[in-house]
Amino acid sequence: MIGTFLLLGLFLCSSTGGEIAMTYGMKATGEPERLRPKELLKFLGRAVCNGWFWVGIPLMAFSFYALLILLSWQPISFVIPASALSNVVGTLGAKYILKEDVNAARWVGVVLVCVGVALVSLDSIPLR
Amino acid sequence: MVLAMVVCANAGDLLLKRGMSTIGAVEFTGSGLAHAFRLTVTNPTIWLGILFLLGFMICYMTVLSWADYSYVMPAGAFGYAVLTFLAVIFLHESVSPRRWVGVILICIGVLLVGQTKPRTTEVVEPQAEKVTA
Repeated sequence: MIGTFLLLGLFLCSSTGGEIAMTYGMKATGEPERLRPKELLKFLGRAVCNGWFWVGIPLMAFSFYALLILLSWQPISFVIPASALSNVVGTLGAKYILKEDVNAARWVGVVLVCVGVALVSLDSIPLR
Repeated sequence: MVLAMVVCANAGDLLLKRGMSTIGAVEFTGSGLAHAFRLTVTNPTIWLGILFLLGFMICYMTVLSWADYSYVMPAGAFGYAVLTFLAVIFLHESVSPRRWVGVILICIGVLLVGQTKPRTTEVVEPQAEKVTA
């Protein structure tokens, strides 16, 4: 069980770390000028040249495989609700690493989403 | 764009699931994996699924470039609610009260987050990019 919690911790850290690195990279890249194919391609070109993008991708890939291993170790009714904690860890990361202004309404919303995902997942969704 | 992100992610998952179901269980042997790889790269449903997941990634990256991570992340969970509605409407599945409570909580949570300011951090100016480039 210690291994499960250790891997769950690694999953939460890598998933959040990857998405925070990706967010950091995208913020540094700047918005696409327009939502047209040419501008989006230019935007993607700028994004893949950003180092943070390449920090985020392996971390997200690691978190995906960590989730697969967790699913092979424990029942889905434990893994998916537990992985919903990434919403809370992600919000903490957004507040303290990305310096986003997370107000009370956003916190309440995140906690409700987290509990909601746990409740939905307890019925074991077949796809996600 | 957030809605497109959620739709692309769910459609991609659904198509991958359907594509992999036609291939069958993958054997963890050298020849089994090679056979599964050949079947995967020649399956149009899987390619369509990959295309949708690519669409999800582009939408996700674009949304992150203009909105807070703590704003985008809970919105992604809206997919659970969409999946439940789709399952009820198209697959006529019965949904337990516990799952409905979960869906309602997700919707309220997403609405609450949606009412906050999408971006609370500084906007990167094009001039600043030129200086650092």
